[in-house]
Amino acid sequence: MNIILVGLSHRTAPIAIRERFSISEAQMSEALCRMKADPMIEECFILSTCNRAEAVAVVKDTEVGFKSLETFWMQESKLPPEQIRSALYFYSATDALRHIFRVASSLDSMIVGEPQILGQMKDAFDLAMLHKATGMLLNKMFKKAISVAKRVRTETKISESAVSVAFAAVELGEKILGGLQKKTAMIIGAGDMAELVARHFVANGVQSLLIANRNFDRALALAKEFNGIPIQLEAFIGAIPQCDIVLCSVGAPNYIIHVEEVSRAIAIRQNRPIFFIDISVPRNIDPKINQLDNVFLYDIDDLQMAVASNLENRKQEALKAEEIILEEVSRFSKWFKSLEAVPMIIALKDRAEAIRRAEIEKILSKLNTPVEREILDTLTRAIVNKLLHDPLTVLKEESNSANGNMMLEAASRLFRLEDAGTSRGTD
Amino acid sequence: MEQAFFSKGTFLFYWIGTILFLFNLWDHSGKSLHILGGPLTKTSLPHRQKWALWLTLIGFLCHTATWVIRVVSSGEIPFVHLREAISFFAWAVVLIFLLIEVRYHVYVLGSFILPLVLLALISSTFFPHETLEINAGWSDLWLGVHTTLSILGVSGFAIAFISGIMYLLQERFLKSKQLTDLYYKLPSLDLLDQWNRYAILTGFPVLTLGILSGALWAQYHLGLGLIFNHPKQAIAIGTWFFYLLALQGRVTRGWRGRKAAHMAIIGFVGVLFVFVALAYR
Repeated sequence: MNIILVGLSHRTAPIAIRERFSISEAQMSEALCRMKADPMIEECFILSTCNRAEAVAVVKDTEVGFKSLETFWMQESKLPPEQIRSALYFYSATDALRHIFRVASSLDSMIVGEPQILGQMKDAFDLAMLHKATGMLLNKMFKKAISVAKRVRTETKISESAVSVAFAAVELGEKILGGLQKKTAMIIGAGDMAELVARHFVANGVQSLLIANRNFDRALALAKEFNGIPIQLEAFIGAIPQCDIVLCSVGAPNYIIHVEEVSRAIAIRQNRPIFFIDISVPRNIDPKINQLDNVFLYDIDDLQMAVASNLENRKQEALKAEEIILEEVSRFSKWFKSLEAVPMIIALKDRAEAIRRAEIEKILSKLNTPVEREILDTLTRAIVNKLLHDPLTVLKEESNSANGNMMLEAASRLFRLEDAGTSRGTD
Repeated sequence: MEQAFFSKGTFLFYWIGTILFLFNLWDHSGKSLHILGGPLTKTSLPHRQKWALWLTLIGFLCHTATWVIRVVSSGEIPFVHLREAISFFAWAVVLIFLLIEVRYHVYVLGSFILPLVLLALISSTFFPHETLEINAGWSDLWLGVHTTLSILGVSGFAIAFISGIMYLLQERFLKSKQLTDLYYKLPSLDLLDQWNRYAILTGFPVLTLGILSGALWAQYHLGLGLIFNHPKQAIAIGTWFFYLLALQGRVTRGWRGRKAAHMAIIGFVGVLFVFVALAYR
């Protein structure tokens, strides 16, 4: 049994390919069901965000599992195999664990330390649980991932660097618009990152803030916090002409702001410039609008590049975070490996119990009172437990050491537990 | 004697100032984004930039001294020669530059203005001494008003021209997302566009007054009205109309930013043609 992960991220694939792998919330149920239907896969969950698409699974056989997940992505993205293979990464066992923990801690994020990813992972996991796609192993792993992420956040300053992207947006806004005082900004889609950037805009003088969101209650809540104006999501196009800054993070599957609308807005504004920020993937603003006069479009990649950050400081914090993750990975994989001894331990206990029962049955007729039977039963049980205690403890402990497999093998031979041995799988 | 001394001093200081300012274009300071959660901070000005600014100021004072001596010693209003007109133009541009500097502290502006000033001064030495047709009445006060206002107006256009160039550069950085060192030094697009607007908005009426005063003077003294059939005047009038169009477009149709920058640049090329035409009449 093994945990594997197959997927791609902003590190391995450009935005154009990532878009093909993006699975919307509506399609997720179907995708999960399809993956779960594969007999090779025991547990699974899928994470699809702006910057990554990853499938995590518990499989009996690692190689076969890799094949299954690769096929899954091939069907999902409808891209030719050679194009997929160059983008996908394949992780198993501790590598997979380490990757998942890094993702949860936002170390692998495009904006390192951004707060959104953990929430996205929770959502993805809840959905997988809802479809009963996950089991004991992934549940435990996921709980661990959350606690690791929290530890990284509290023990390092990594989450501060997400702030730098917001700063970059502010500085770009100032270079385009002059000061931000008396300017109007609109955020379309009120995710965590959008909120973070909006907060910086407001702190730097933006006078009025429009908030358009699918979930109007959330828009209301944010509006209250920033003293802004909530508007219905459908109304955002009409509001563009009054905005100097438009931040889009809807996560729609296609462009929601096109060249025609923007050029009309610019005409209404008598050519006063608009600064568009698109932090959604797939992109929600047609990149062509950047070619319009007085229109400036930055997507998340551009902002990331614009961050001339204090690299040395950040590297140290990242190193600290990586150490935490390594520590947690080894802790978890210890537990995971000890699971391999479980079938053996159960088999051994069963065998001993069976022998004990058989012997008791033989002698039972010779005993007269229930009290005597009781005493005998207790006695034999105690002997068996005492005898087995040390071997079982050693098996549990040694199963995750280097010669763990040898130990399991020896136990199965000594006690003739072939059945239990083969049920461990071939990994 | 002193005049020649100060004139040489002007050249010398502007030369060094220009070179320092040009160096500043390429050095790596001036980035204002130093982040790890920290606030935006402006790095302190490197010494070279301060030096460039001080040298320019000294050059400007020398230049001013040249004018003062010229006026006091001859007792007549200068700008009789084209070379003096151009020299006065250079003086006015530096004056405006220093005023902007005091107000906005955009040091990179010098890297664009000073080369223009130096070029103007150098080119003025190539112009012959006596190119304007001078009659006895030329030293009239009206003529002084005419030339002074015209040149001040043109200086405004020069500022608009420089802001236009800086705007186009900065716009290209922002559009192509190449956030180079120069990007950090250049001011915001909005400010550059504002300079462009103010420069033309004030330069244009001043130039118009200059032209009108010249026309009045010519009518009064020479009995001539404005003549539109002369190629030199045609270029001049064409340029004037071009700036009128630029202003009109800005006010009524919101021509700003890139378009306004282009117009400021094209308009100034027209101005240069007028100067050249004046030299080869």
